[in-house]
Amino acid sequence: MFLKLFQALKLSGIPVTIKEYLDMLNGLEKGICDSNNVDEFYHFSKISLIKDEKYFDKFDKVFKSFYELNNEFYQEIKNKIPKEWIENQLKKIFSDEMKKKISNDKEWEDVLKEFEKILEEQKKKHQGGNKWLGTGGTSMFGNSGYNPKGIRVGGSSQNKSAIKVWEKREFKNLDDKVLLNTRNIQVALKRLRKFARQSSELEFDLENTISSTSKNAGMLDIKYRPERTNKVRVLLFIDIGGSMDEHTKICEEIFSAANSEFKSLDFFYFHNCIYEGVWKDNMRRSSNVTSINEIIRLYKKNTKVIIIGDALMSPYEVVYPGGSIEHWNEKPGSYWIKKIVSYFDKTIWLNPENIDNWDYSQSTKILKELVNHLMFELNISGIEAGMKELAK
Amino acid sequence: MKKKFSSTNNYIASNQLIEAVNAAVILEKPLLVKGEPGTGKTMLAEEIAATFEAELISWHIKSTTKAQQGLYEYDAVSRLRDSQLGNKKVQDINNYINEGVLWKAFTASKKPVLLIDEIDKADIEFPNDLLQELDKMEFFVYETNEVIVAKQRPIVVITSNNEKDLPDAFLRRCFFHYISFPDEKTLAEIVKVHHPNIKKNLLNYALSSFIEIRETPGLKKKPSTSELIDWLKLLVADDLDLEDLKNKNKNSILPPLYGALLKNEADVELFQKIAFMARREN
Repeated sequence: MFLKLFQALKLSGIPVTIKEYLDMLNGLEKGICDSNNVDEFYHFSKISLIKDEKYFDKFDKVFKSFYELNNEFYQEIKNKIPKEWIENQLKKIFSDEMKKKISNDKEWEDVLKEFEKILEEQKKKHQGGNKWLGTGGTSMFGNSGYNPKGIRVGGSSQNKSAIKVWEKREFKNLDDKVLLNTRNIQVALKRLRKFARQSSELEFDLENTISSTSKNAGMLDIKYRPERTNKVRVLLFIDIGGSMDEHTKICEEIFSAANSEFKSLDFFYFHNCIYEGVWKDNMRRSSNVTSINEIIRLYKKNTKVIIIGDALMSPYEVVYPGGSIEHWNEKPGSYWIKKIVSYFDKTIWLNPENIDNWDYSQSTKILKELVNHLMFELNISGIEAGMKELAK
Repeated sequence: MKKKFSSTNNYIASNQLIEAVNAAVILEKPLLVKGEPGTGKTMLAEEIAATFEAELISWHIKSTTKAQQGLYEYDAVSRLRDSQLGNKKVQDINNYINEGVLWKAFTASKKPVLLIDEIDKADIEFPNDLLQELDKMEFFVYETNEVIVAKQRPIVVITSNNEKDLPDAFLRRCFFHYISFPDEKTLAEIVKVHHPNIKKNLLNYALSSFIEIRETPGLKKKPSTSELIDWLKLLVADDLDLEDLKNKNKNSILPPLYGALLKNEADVELFQKIAFMARREN
């Protein structure tokens, strides 16, 4: 039964390993969690299988479907809600007077009986509707309902937390597919920080000298070591204007937050597609243009190039001379992009557009090919994949 | 070890956290705790130690910390000095082996709690260098050819602020718990633990101001629970009446002594702007 959960987690792309699975079984064997308590099982499987909060949301989703599909689990919830608890809950909700006042014609005992019957009948989770146990709806059972005789299952009770905590999906924000937040991105960008010890430049290694001298019984033994510096330089080209406006600001923030990670970081802007010139100051874009040829002269080949743009435009803007919507370009955008890609060792494209839409846009397909398919979605996992590629 | 970890008089732990700690203790695995700064990660280890009446051995990691330092260090320099002074001590290499925190934890007479604090501060390879030591709970001392084996496996608590990704091999060996930011009710409980005599209306006022600040979109640094506690300490120390506080503060949109919560001038400005707009709408 648990193997199914493990397989489902694996399939959903969460890195779970056999060792962790065995740890979990081991824990269950030792009675870490009460076998009748799904909540405890949920928490325990989470702490033993999931090692990064960015997978919590995925885990919740998988757990939810696992839970719904397993009839065995249904039996467990049934056991999980002991009669006394239901009664207690009901007593909490309705005072005696209220019970008397219940406008519905059914009696108190009937309510209880019906609740049990419904628990029996119910085979899967249900929302809305007016009979089944679930959330919302006008049924008497489940939570957030508004029948005066309704029974709240799970939810607000203090000593028992909600049955389906995973449905809250409180870690949604931590899912790396969704959230772009400077802090997380900084972590992703740190991949790029490459402290390469290169053999040419040497610096005096004091610590090593002292220790080898003393090991040498006091005869001086001087040691050197290769210098350790952060050598990564980054060049950013950011699409500005039009469909990109909403993304541009966040891109700038992200990368300036990560500035400390690199030896140098330079921004340039372009509009839609890169042509012969790019600019640093969007206000003076007409007068202060840096040509791509100049950039190639100024920056070393090992500079990492990141292009950020949604790649949404007419294909003419990429492949034909004069295709630019702003000026007459002698050479097509594809020529300039090829030039950048072939000069620099590594170039990637980050695209804020949803990856599912890429195939519908002709220009995206062309540009993706131009950057050797190194186009990544602009979210945390995309950036992480891109940084891995750049750091190679 | 029959005892189980639970919330104490001065530490409020969620059920999930309690379960995570107990699982880690029973299965003798390191517990990796992540979460926003100021959610009580380090305090957790202290509380575990108190619950199990165990000694707390802390290892605070810095960017320069090496895994070897946690095991032992061979003090070659003092040996050199001693040899030149003709000290007898120099004959025995054991005199120059300084025990590290892991060594101490392994050889403690009673099961200790070992806290490895802010492991993400260290070099990216640091956790990898500790794999074997934390897994087998033993290590080898090259200088003396001896193997140090743990008498009993210590309870290991590792905290991380998420500045670096930890290597997969390391993560596989740990249990993982993420302390999420407490909700208002839990916050109130936490405050009560630290300031038992706080006046109800002051508490409500403070909590709502605190939450208002935290919810300001785009803050560079959100105030943490520990900052809330410190801020309340200031408010309580002044022993001002809530009305006085409000009067004194009538002309300002910022809560009194806001410096304890907002620690960045850009954030102060942003909060002022947003709060001002919100109040005008009302």
